[in-house]
Amino acid sequence: MAMRFSTIVRHIREGFKNVGRNGWMTFASMSSISVSLFILGIFMLLALNVNKLADQLDNQVQINVYLQVDTQTQKAEEIERLIKRIPEVKSVTYIPKAEGLQRFRESMGEEGKEALDGYDKENNPLPDAFEVEAFDPQKIGYIAKQIEALNLTDPDKSISKVKYGKDTIEKLFSITNAVRNIGLVIVLGLAVMAMFLISTTIKMTIIARRREISIMKLVGATNSFIRWPFFIEGAIIGFFGSLISATILLVGYSQLVHTTSATIGLYMIQFATVDEVTGMVGGSVMILGTLLGIFGSTISVRRYLRV
Amino acid sequence: MIEMHDIWKTYADGTTALQGVNLVIDRNEFVYVVGPSGAGKSTFMKLIYREEVPTKGQISVNGFNIGKLKHRKIPFVRRNIGVIFQDYRLLPKLTAFENVAFAMEVIETPRRLIRKRTMEVLELVGLKHKAGSLPAQLSGGEQQRIAIARAIVNNPSVIVADEPTGNLDPETSWGIMNLLEEINFRGTTIVMATHNKEIVNTMRKRVIAIENGSIVRDQQRGEYGYEI
Repeated sequence: MAMRFSTIVRHIREGFKNVGRNGWMTFASMSSISVSLFILGIFMLLALNVNKLADQLDNQVQINVYLQVDTQTQKAEEIERLIKRIPEVKSVTYIPKAEGLQRFRESMGEEGKEALDGYDKENNPLPDAFEVEAFDPQKIGYIAKQIEALNLTDPDKSISKVKYGKDTIEKLFSITNAVRNIGLVIVLGLAVMAMFLISTTIKMTIIARRREISIMKLVGATNSFIRWPFFIEGAIIGFFGSLISATILLVGYSQLVHTTSATIGLYMIQFATVDEVTGMVGGSVMILGTLLGIFGSTISVRRYLRV
Repeated sequence: MIEMHDIWKTYADGTTALQGVNLVIDRNEFVYVVGPSGAGKSTFMKLIYREEVPTKGQISVNGFNIGKLKHRKIPFVRRNIGVIFQDYRLLPKLTAFENVAFAMEVIETPRRLIRKRTMEVLELVGLKHKAGSLPAQLSGGEQQRIAIARAIVNNPSVIVADEPTGNLDPETSWGIMNLLEEINFRGTTIVMATHNKEIVNTMRKRVIAIENGSIVRDQQRGEYGYEI
């Protein structure tokens, strides 16, 4: 049965009235929604930025394979072919020893110039090398092992060293996962608490209005008519609670980005932009908060409103 | 209008309130239900407005078998039954007008009709001039008149009144009874439980006496009284 427009207006008005009627409980449950979603938001921001950082590093993630200094070019080409044959490998770039020396010089700058001055084509101490890129950065450890294993079938043991930013990368991934898991647990706990508080608030409304409800039933109000204001009350609590935390989160975050980007920018690390964050974090906080509110009131309405 | 066939009611705690009640109340009747406290009067009334369901037997009101009624249909049956209590049961924070209008709002009556009809019934109960008063500012008799206005505002075919004069002095009680008689005269069936001997003996309507869960007397133009 379609609801009259005036009825919808009435339910919303009643919902707001209820919110006002038990002020302290409303305040408590709104705050708990705010706090839990604020913490959720912080974890989301952390995760977003760690992901972004990981993305940036992913592009830089590569394996450096160094051969023995005395390895022949023909042998080097064979090894390149073998590495290319590993399915997870995206690309292999051959860096001959001359280019390696050149790069080394550049990276050392002025100070290293002297130290490297004595070396040239004839007595280059560097080995030939490969730069290997992976399709999936998380597989880099595995690929490195595969490459190391090539030595097993090679009597000359031509590969002297396989290097990749093992520690950095693995740490980063473990941090990302930890942030995600810890955040999820904390947020779940807080969400349950917030829902419990909301359902208690609605329960108090129901108890406070028992008389009114019994009269409504006596004169023939339908069950949905009786229930609606309580759902709306829950939604209001959830909506405004999450609005508060979304506002604080976004304002705080944009401040943080503005004040620190100058310093952090030096390290080439980019924050997720405020625009990116608004939709993701702000949007999901608001939706989740409102849903929590509605869900909390549903629990109470089911349990205490025997209609 | 109201028919009961072999109605039994046993509560969860084991008390048997009604045992084998058979009864027919016709359209436009005015019926007094008398009997000692705890005899089953209240249960009898509650069955009519579907606050309770019989443990055994059939009860129909306005042609609806209300013992077997689906839950979501109950509200629509209630709309045809007005209920009045000894303690008025008005909402303390609403004015007289709002208390009456409330009964129309909750069944989603269009706004413009609510105002018109509410003023109409307030006039009928003689309290149009008190429309803006809160229940606390009204006397017991006036509060009961507002409760009656609320009970009739949706034009029910039956009014169930559970000791409506129980808290009122004799003179005020007579005012209420005249009002109920007027409502009955306009075509509404009235079932009223009462302990007021004077009223029953003066008005001379049908009297049903309930004792120990059974009807012990059912008399047209009857008098107050039961065996014990």
